[in-house]
Amino acid sequence: MTDLSTTYLGLKLKNPLVASASPLTKQFDNIKRLEEAGVGAIVLHSLFEEELIAESIRLHEHLEEGAESFPEALTYFPELPQYGIGPESYLKLIEAAKGSTSMPIIASLNAASPGKWADYARRIEESGADALELNVYTIPTDPLVTSSQVEEELSEIVKDVCEAVEIPVAVKLSPFYSSIPCVAKTVTEAGAEGITIFNRFYQPDLDIKTMDVVPRLELSTSQELLLRLRWAAIISPRIKADIAITGGVHKGEDIAKCILAGAKVAMVASALLKNGISHASIMLEEFRRFLEEKRLKSAEEIRGHLSQRAVANPKAFERANYVKLISSY
Amino acid sequence: MKGKMITVDGNEAVASVAYRLSEAATIYPITPSSPMGEHADEWSAQGRQNIWGGVPRVVEMQSEGGAAGAMHGSLQAGALTTTFTASQGLLLMIPNMFKIAGELTSCAMHVSARTVATHALSIFGDHSDVMAARSTGWALLASGSVQEAHHLACIAHAATLKARVPVLHFFDGFRTSHEVSKIEYLEDETLRDMIDDDLVAAHRKRALSPDRPFIRGTAQNPDVFFQAREACNPYYMAAPDIFQEAMDKFSSLTGYSYHLFDYVGHPEAERVLVIMGSGAETAHETVQYLTEQGEKVGVIKVRLFRPFSARHFVNSLPKSVKTVAILDRTKESGSLGEPLYLDVVSAIEEMAASGELPTKDKPRIIGGRYGLSSKEFTPAMVKAVLDEASKPSPKNHFTVGIDDDVAKTSLELDRSFSIPHPGLSQAVFFGLGADGTVGANKNSIKIIGEGTDLYAQGYFVYDSKKSGGITISHLRFGPEPIRSTYVIQKADFVGCHQFPFVEKYDVLNAAAQGATFLLNSPYGPEEVWDHLPVTMQRHIIDKKLKFYVIDAYRVAREKGLGVRINTIMQTCFFALSGILPKDDAIGRIKEAIEKTYGKRGEAVVEMNIAAVDAALDHMHQVNVPERVTASFDLRPPVSPEAPEFVRDVLGPMIALKGDELPVSALPADGTFPSGTSRWEKRNIALEIPQWEPEICIQCGKCALVCPHATIRGKVYEKKWLEGAPEGWRYAPAKWPKMQGMYFTIQVAPEDCVGCGLCVQNCPAKSKTDAKKKAINMTPQLPIKDREARYWEHFLSIPDIERGQLNIKSVKDVMLLRPLFEFSGACAGCGETPYVKLLSQLFGDRAIVANATGCSSIYGGNLPTTPWTYNDDGRGPAWSNSLFEDNAEFGLGMRLSANIRQTRARQLLSELAGSIGERLVDEILKADQSDESGLATVRQRVAELKTKLSGLNDPKAKELAELADDLVKRSIWIVGGDGWAYDIGYGGLDHVLASGENVNVLVLDTEVYSNTGGQMSKATPMGAVAKFAAAGKPTGKKDLALMAMTYGNVYVARVAIGANDAQTIRAFLEAESYPGSSIIIAYCHCIAHGYDLKYGLEQQKKAVACGHWPLLRYDPRLAAEGKSPLQLDSKAPQIPLKEYALNETRFAMLHNAFPERAEKLLEAAQKGIYERWALYEGLSQILGRKEDAM
Repeated sequence: MTDLSTTYLGLKLKNPLVASASPLTKQFDNIKRLEEAGVGAIVLHSLFEEELIAESIRLHEHLEEGAESFPEALTYFPELPQYGIGPESYLKLIEAAKGSTSMPIIASLNAASPGKWADYARRIEESGADALELNVYTIPTDPLVTSSQVEEELSEIVKDVCEAVEIPVAVKLSPFYSSIPCVAKTVTEAGAEGITIFNRFYQPDLDIKTMDVVPRLELSTSQELLLRLRWAAIISPRIKADIAITGGVHKGEDIAKCILAGAKVAMVASALLKNGISHASIMLEEFRRFLEEKRLKSAEEIRGHLSQRAVANPKAFERANYVKLISSY
Repeated sequence: MKGKMITVDGNEAVASVAYRLSEAATIYPITPSSPMGEHADEWSAQGRQNIWGGVPRVVEMQSEGGAAGAMHGSLQAGALTTTFTASQGLLLMIPNMFKIAGELTSCAMHVSARTVATHALSIFGDHSDVMAARSTGWALLASGSVQEAHHLACIAHAATLKARVPVLHFFDGFRTSHEVSKIEYLEDETLRDMIDDDLVAAHRKRALSPDRPFIRGTAQNPDVFFQAREACNPYYMAAPDIFQEAMDKFSSLTGYSYHLFDYVGHPEAERVLVIMGSGAETAHETVQYLTEQGEKVGVIKVRLFRPFSARHFVNSLPKSVKTVAILDRTKESGSLGEPLYLDVVSAIEEMAASGELPTKDKPRIIGGRYGLSSKEFTPAMVKAVLDEASKPSPKNHFTVGIDDDVAKTSLELDRSFSIPHPGLSQAVFFGLGADGTVGANKNSIKIIGEGTDLYAQGYFVYDSKKSGGITISHLRFGPEPIRSTYVIQKADFVGCHQFPFVEKYDVLNAAAQGATFLLNSPYGPEEVWDHLPVTMQRHIIDKKLKFYVIDAYRVAREKGLGVRINTIMQTCFFALSGILPKDDAIGRIKEAIEKTYGKRGEAVVEMNIAAVDAALDHMHQVNVPERVTASFDLRPPVSPEAPEFVRDVLGPMIALKGDELPVSALPADGTFPSGTSRWEKRNIALEIPQWEPEICIQCGKCALVCPHATIRGKVYEKKWLEGAPEGWRYAPAKWPKMQGMYFTIQVAPEDCVGCGLCVQNCPAKSKTDAKKKAINMTPQLPIKDREARYWEHFLSIPDIERGQLNIKSVKDVMLLRPLFEFSGACAGCGETPYVKLLSQLFGDRAIVANATGCSSIYGGNLPTTPWTYNDDGRGPAWSNSLFEDNAEFGLGMRLSANIRQTRARQLLSELAGSIGERLVDEILKADQSDESGLATVRQRVAELKTKLSGLNDPKAKELAELADDLVKRSIWIVGGDGWAYDIGYGGLDHVLASGENVNVLVLDTEVYSNTGGQMSKATPMGAVAKFAAAGKPTGKKDLALMAMTYGNVYVARVAIGANDAQTIRAFLEAESYPGSSIIIAYCHCIAHGYDLKYGLEQQKKAVACGHWPLLRYDPRLAAEGKSPLQLDSKAPQIPLKEYALNETRFAMLHNAFPERAEKLLEAAQKGIYERWALYEGLSQILGRKEDAM
């Protein structure tokens, strides 16, 4: 039997396919179903501080709107014993997931204010998460903010969190840094044990009929994997943190590519959203078959096999290759 | 202070006891008693137990009649059952109350006594409701304060079990029900000790049971009814002593002493007041003060009014008494005197006759009225009555507290008289509903009440307007229990939380000498003085006020709190008032913030705490100049050009000086002029829409949806451009028929409330500037004066003739004058656009019957009212009867209109010879089905009137009076879902079935909006509402489907935001249908919990998801062989959740109880599909049936 197991962030995983943070991992039932489908671990959907703040303010405004203004109606809603606003429901989900599954549960966090990262990370740890992925991103709009300031801020957040918690911490990066290897190194030095590449953002689209900006998030395609493979291949040999690839992992062979590029795990979301949770087992089966066809005993054997350091032609991952490719059209 | 102290209002104090001493409560919301039922429901939902360890069941009924019926049934079946009500609600309970008392049933109910509607509705307090129930045979037990109400509620429940006489315990609406006070809490053990379990068992034993069957409620004949009715006498004779026993037991348990009649005052008093309710507290403190001054005066506080014990009463009088003055808080027109007066007269006479009067002499007796509808009752008024009592020929049947210059009943007041309260801190705060002032003050009372040994009292005065209304908070703190049941007359602290008030109201009128004044001001300490009016500057200088300013809005903005400045102002109050050490106070404010807002999320708590921390750095003392320097004073409340009545009567009401109006200023029969809201320039919008003529496509959607009729369009001839003010905006009119004319959209800048619905609904965007639409919200202040000039010019341009318009189109409806304008509805109200549409389409010939509720309040609450008239002086004639009877009320109007028209037509025929056959024929056969037909018939009627004026015939005179009735009358029956689905449904059903030509408009907000969001049968499944805190488990009643089953009723379901053209069509069809019509209109509402500027988007979603399918059922179509049922919206397009979760009423359940919410929404989603299938099927079957025929 081929051994698919791997380690990620120091956690033992039965295979390298991890359910990425997505709407799927919001629901307890789905978490159970993901485990049944065979994934090695899951990353819960992100706890978004901004969302919590917005919800809290929205609820407050709507409960207060019109209150204590008119003598016949001093309020418009009954007082509930609790409103389910705040991180509690997220923390409960961690507890519930831990209580009823045996795979590692990785929480995900996006805080909005500097002091809050460590605070929420601690509460996530207390709820029993096995690891924490920091979903840090900024869309810099101020021309006076330099890239090094952005990176420094990132590094500070990682440092704060890693000092605050004992559980391993991974950092999910965006692809829009000037020097991805340098950023990866910085966050590793700040204490991160894992780097997840790359975040996919809601992209604003323009509706030319209504002349409006509309948010959009398309599901990923296998095409997007290429960007990740390149960077995994470049950074995996150079930093000690584990690499996870997310974005474009759709088939068993994509898992193989991730491992070959040097990633510890391949994360999947879009393919499951499109094909259903059970698709995970098909992907794993395809991956197993690939390994078997290659007559490999374990997935570990091929990890980093095609990383930049390992390949015969490291330049293949560099710019020259790109020049060649477009000139061949 | 002995036991645990709590800070609560009267409603909570009473509900706390009633809940713990009951097994069931059957209730129905009505101001001011609603919070009692709401508390009980919340406690029941939380599983709180009564003293027997059970969780009382709380059931909301369809009316108070229903609540009383259910209570009667529950009592008969053995459960200890209570109810809470007031005013008209109590009146609806009377039939059952007779039964309950007649059957000698132990029961206690609690009434926050409120005025019964007579010439006008009033939500405020007096005893007219309780007195209307005094013949029912219930014991009437009165409390005068929050503490007493807490205690006497317990005594009521205890005594009724032994007496078997049911008890109506009452306390004054608002003054006690809504006063927040620090009181000693009755623990469960005390309640347990008060209740005799053997008596509870006896009550249960008397219940209906098939195991020991009997019948109760027989019908009796003349032979025995009388005797059987008299058989209860021993119970009533014994009752007073039983109540006293209960009071004595209570005293032994708690140390608080009560008697049927409690005397306070000089032991040798010669003048004694007799009074009950909260006025007794003011009388108590006044008498105490006067006694200390050496006056021989006293007061008897009546606790048990019925059964009235003459013996107990006379024995409570001091032997020295010479004059007894009785004060009733009610009026019984035509009686010899009010109820308490009559009972006291009888008691003294009877006791004197039987030789049992213990006084030296038989006292002289006078009586009078005070305090109707929460009219202030002050020490000066108490003194005025006592002074009157010392006169050789005192006035009898007097009034006190008003100036009755008509019947000359009123007593003169010494307005300077007040009682000193050493050690008492008194603070008054002027705020807006939206700024959170009242909430913060309630918090402050709790902080002081629960954190110190001081007693605390808070009373809050609200506006009758639902948006942008003023709130005035009166807070007292002191070492002694506070008996002042009147608003603060000398404040040590005045907080004005809204700068615009300085020019509107005399906010420092009640400031005491040397008081502190805190003003929220956009101007700093150096500049503020120059922005204050003469009156304010004079108060500050003359009274040597310590004056501070803070720009609280700036702090709030910086901390992300928007307009909610409550915690900021609260922090400043504590820092300045010194009631608590500053740091201690700030710590407690923060704790209170955690406690109050903690459940709503950390962000809200943190923002408020940050605001508290920032507040004091922004507060500055102002160096007060020595002289008044202002060149302006308080603005007159209305323009000097306003009609006399508006200026002299409504104006003072607007300026909060309505108390000073004499009787002669007011109409005797409740009739008020139409069209007065236009004079009350409220200026409450921070931003108003401004029009961009180049971008506008002249579609009329902004004007259609405007809830306050403040944005309007007009088409006019070129000549009106000539006299237009500089900068007047216009565009060529885009109407094919109106080439060469001009068009303007104009906003009434001082009437607009700034809701933003119009801008949100504007479909026209600039092609070059994505931010710009054809209307855009713009700060009001800089453009106010200019826009006011434009508005004035706009009004001077005549309306286009109705006959020229196609009133089926939104675009043309914009050009019809709204005859409902500038109401007091909430900003963004979802009801008023329909009401306004009705007024535009049919207003000049409409009579409106309006059910009590939001629409009767924003439509008819003084000072100014929105129903108005056109340039011909025609407009909707409007009236409100009650909540429950509106359909019947409207039917009556139809009856009368028909009678008048029939008579007019008859006279017309009879007088044809003198009038001329042609004209008579033209009128009798006139086609009045469209605007041009109506215009023609109006001309003919005018011609007829001219002819009639020349005829000397009594019939001609009669016809002249009735001539206007020859023009078709449009009868509209308007009300909310609480009326149509619940309390008024029986009548509505009957009226619809009658086939009479009336039009019903149901403003369906899916909840009782006016009383604060209680569940109705219109509330959808899964929505949270009061009495449905866990989400309504059942579906919404399908009123449209029910009405359709009659087959001859025109039915429409509309949503103006989803399909405005269908809405207009439905209104026109309903009105033209010669039978009964009903339109059920989707109304977004503040009780749905989202920013109402998105109301129309939500309406679209409500329709798209199938929650609100649009339809019209027109019986006329059946005659044409078509299906009468037309579905005007598509099958469900989006999931219910996509609509529902945008609204707090659904989302809060989704957050708090996700699994239950999911379950309910799933069931609701299923219901939507099923209903759609039913409608589609029905539409097809009805169509087929006609084919087959």
